[in-house]
Amino acid sequence: MFPIRSLTPQQAKGNALATGFMGYRRTDGTVGIRNHVIIIPSVVCANRVARGISQLVIGTTWVEHQHGCTQLGADAALTKRTLVAHGTHPNVYGVVVVGLGCETLRAQDMAAEIKETCPDKPVHLVIIQDEGGSVKAIAAGASAACEMSGSASSMERTLSDVSELILGTECGGSDACSGISANPALGVACDLLIDAGGSVVLAETTELIGAEHLIAARAVSEEVTARCYDVIRRCEDSAKAMGVDMRGGQPTPGNIEGGLSSIEEKSLGCIYKAGTKPLQDVIDYAMPVTKKGLIWMDTPGQDIEQLTGMIAGGCHIVVFTTGRGTCCGSPIAPAIKIATNTAIFEKMKDNMDMNAGTIITGEDSIQQVGKRIFAEVVQVASGKLVRAEILGFNDFAIKRIGPSM
Amino acid sequence: MLTRKAIMMEGMDNVVTVVEPIEAPAEIVVEAAGGKVVVHVTDNIPFGHKFAIRDIREGGLILKYGEPIGVARVDIKAGQHVHVHNLESRRGRGDH
Repeated sequence: MFPIRSLTPQQAKGNALATGFMGYRRTDGTVGIRNHVIIIPSVVCANRVARGISQLVIGTTWVEHQHGCTQLGADAALTKRTLVAHGTHPNVYGVVVVGLGCETLRAQDMAAEIKETCPDKPVHLVIIQDEGGSVKAIAAGASAACEMSGSASSMERTLSDVSELILGTECGGSDACSGISANPALGVACDLLIDAGGSVVLAETTELIGAEHLIAARAVSEEVTARCYDVIRRCEDSAKAMGVDMRGGQPTPGNIEGGLSSIEEKSLGCIYKAGTKPLQDVIDYAMPVTKKGLIWMDTPGQDIEQLTGMIAGGCHIVVFTTGRGTCCGSPIAPAIKIATNTAIFEKMKDNMDMNAGTIITGEDSIQQVGKRIFAEVVQVASGKLVRAEILGFNDFAIKRIGPSM
Repeated sequence: MLTRKAIMMEGMDNVVTVVEPIEAPAEIVVEAAGGKVVVHVTDNIPFGHKFAIRDIREGGLILKYGEPIGVARVDIKAGQHVHVHNLESRRGRGDH
């Protein structure tokens, strides 16, 4: 069932890179690297109840968001798709969906869609108006979550192969070191994962402006090349349509203090993190990643909207490089933080998992740090906790493409 | 103390990135494609910022990673700080 060459980190000796990890096998054939019970509100009005349920039950996590009502068309569909995808995600064991009862995006529909996609996954529905208010809704949800948390904890990890992993790449709070140290090293790790048969997601379209010709040249077909230029043009046009100069927001004031002078410079440093492999596809925000190799997901540059979109697309794990320092994390997928310089690694040590600043000082090569990142990805996939998990970050934000009415 | 104070990403680049703050005036050795080049740096350069290693004329392309990262707003002399005060982005602009 599994390639016998798979080695866990414990089994790998010498220079061999472990390509096996211990994961949670799902009945649909996918594998998870976490076994979360997640509480999802279908609408902003159900946030308090979702939080209340999770606070009562150890082993659960939850999300909060501002959406779910008075949304229309493609905007409503995108919100729903993102929320449902957090329920169907292989890192999730069970789901409690909480609705108020009168919202546009109905909790009943979301729970049904999760159940339809994953028939063996425990899914429980709580409607606040039906239960008789928030106190009773929290009690009902907690009772269901309690059962799920108990059975989730008895599930065992089994040997899986990294070829089944989808890795999301992200850089946030970038500085001038990002393109010199952490991003090229992450690129090495991405190439290793793709060589081993896995998938890698490159995103944050805004931060590819000025570097799109480099990634487009690696596209596997003319159609994919055209998509590259198309998403970049739409991104630039949206800034122009507002009659504003993108330089007001990109690079950010922190980027500029860190030495980045233009969006082109930021993008050219940014693109290194995706490695050197051919680009297989360009997909929309929160759409499922179905191909092996390198995929570009069209997301905003805003860190949390990007993170949420990539995980909705099925990313098991994210590697996040940062020069200015960031703490964020997803409620259901580990985000490994890599400092681009030693000063920020020391200064924000509590929030950093690895330091690539040793490339700047000349202590390590890009290759050495890249292999270290790959090994860390395998260990974290097997259950090692990252700082964002240890410190309880559950950041969540959905891209909007239309106004609330 | 680092063995190098500035990093050049590609051979054709006309700016380098500083990995240890530079107090002007200073003679900085840069490892370029064709061998070592000594640049007389005339501005203080913070960590992560850039200075020019060749004169760049107003309107000329500023190159890093072997790619344009903007154009020179004014004449820039070798050894001067290159940043938002004298480099102009060409992309994502609503003003043209």
